[in-house]
Amino acid sequence: MKALSIQDLSKQYKSGVQALNSINFEVNQGDFFALLGPNGAGKTTAIGILTSLVNKTSGSVKVFGHDIDTALSLAKACLGVVPQEVNLNLFDKCINTLVNQAGFYGIPRDEAKKRAKYYLEQMGLWEKRNSNARDLSGGMKRRLMVARSLVNQPKLLLLDEPTAGVDIETRRMMWRFLRELNQQGTTIILTTHYLEEAEQLCDRVAIIDEGEIIENDSMLNVLKKLKKEVFILNVSQSLTEAPIIEGYETSLKSPQEIEVSILQSQGINEVFAQLDTLAISVISMRNKTGRLEELFIDLTNNPSKETTE
Amino acid sequence: MSPQMISMFALMRKETSRVLRIWVQTLIPPGITMSLYFIIFGTLIGKRIGEMDGYPYMEYIAPGLIMMSVITNSYGNVVGSFFNAKIQRHIEEMLVSPMDETSIVIGYLAGGIIRGLFVATVVSFIALFFTELNIKYPLLALLVIIMTASVFSLAGLINAIFAKKFDDIAVIPSFVLAPLTYLGGVFYTVSLLPEFWQTVSRLNPILYMVNSMRYSVLGTSDIEIVDGLLMIGGFFILLLSVAVYLLKKGIGIRD
Repeated sequence: MKALSIQDLSKQYKSGVQALNSINFEVNQGDFFALLGPNGAGKTTAIGILTSLVNKTSGSVKVFGHDIDTALSLAKACLGVVPQEVNLNLFDKCINTLVNQAGFYGIPRDEAKKRAKYYLEQMGLWEKRNSNARDLSGGMKRRLMVARSLVNQPKLLLLDEPTAGVDIETRRMMWRFLRELNQQGTTIILTTHYLEEAEQLCDRVAIIDEGEIIENDSMLNVLKKLKKEVFILNVSQSLTEAPIIEGYETSLKSPQEIEVSILQSQGINEVFAQLDTLAISVISMRNKTGRLEELFIDLTNNPSKETTE
Repeated sequence: MSPQMISMFALMRKETSRVLRIWVQTLIPPGITMSLYFIIFGTLIGKRIGEMDGYPYMEYIAPGLIMMSVITNSYGNVVGSFFNAKIQRHIEEMLVSPMDETSIVIGYLAGGIIRGLFVATVVSFIALFFTELNIKYPLLALLVIIMTASVFSLAGLINAIFAKKFDDIAVIPSFVLAPLTYLGGVFYTVSLLPEFWQTVSRLNPILYMVNSMRYSVLGTSDIEIVDGLLMIGGFFILLLSVAVYLLKKGIGIRD
């Protein structure tokens, strides 16, 4: 059984905006699935339809075999969701937020309290259990939303940019936690603007642009489609112009940084060899941007849609 | 207990505890407002009026003032709570869960009824400082308060469902609820009015609620108590159906 099956899903808002145009994709049980796309591509609309916050125009959605048209409650019982924007009751205590949410899922109060404690501890918020949500930092609010999404122990977790605006330490902590959760069997769908995050965590990826799925494959296969990578080489000398490396496109980023574009068919050894003959020694090198990011820009065919911060 | 019942009780608990948690906002203001009504309309002006329908004026208006508090507070409780949930978007906590629309309506209804009952109790105690309050039919009074609070909780919920900005939740109480309440026989018997205005008054649902309460407390009323209860019950069923329908359709809460 598929964790999620979406067929010919379309959404046109009253304003006339066609947010989704007959999209199809499936998510297998146990997948850590990335749903990527530029702003306004339709990611949040898709998540909204899954969680019934947005009414679809046409198409079908099945969550663990439960059709949202005929068995919405059963489909919802399988889901946990972390929305893009903070949607906490800011005047409620953290512990109440989780206990109430568990209650809404039909979990008896005693069990709800145990789960609330467990997930607040997991998210490092137990000490803040009696604080109102409004008194938490931005990162803590995000963690509280993740904890809230887990109290019903969902089989399919939807994360709509869960690490937006959180510091690096918190992001790494959440990555570790999500990896463990996925390894324990929870299927996860992640939308994110941090493509590095998707590359690190996800084994499958779908890229959505202007309401249509333009790529849907394993992360490995998607990255294989990368035609070229751009590297920044740090050199020991101060240069005034970019060295000419035959067969490669180069530019000078700063006196000690050379930008080199390398096609998939080319090796990098030749670059070092030619630089060596020019008596330029390389101290270190790095990718200009994440590999997925380059592919993403390539596929969406518009550099202005670059998504990293 | 079924998961639906658990989710309904979870919301009922949340909404009723909210009334107590913010008691300074929910219970004190109606106490102060009604004290002023008793002082001004009852003590100062009432002495000059004398009797109304055979009762001292203070005693006559007490049931109406209790009902006035119940109406405004049950309405205000639900419209405020639900609209805040919409604005802060934590209504999504319920919408993404498997709980059904009827459970959501009943959960909010519970908050409005509890506030109505608490406020009715507070105002009744205040009334005792100014007049006697020998309730003739206590169970009937309780029923009328609960039914009226239910009707106006549902009305508040419907208002909040449609509301898009704070103005939208202020318009109905100011331009509809207040005039209907003041013209609903809180301060006078409609028999004082000319025939035409008596007929017009009978189109006002609040007249039936105020007079049902007055009958429960004093045993006198401008309407038949059966008509009053039928009217309140009819409005309850109508508004309950509308509220559940709107939530099922996702009007005002889903894109």
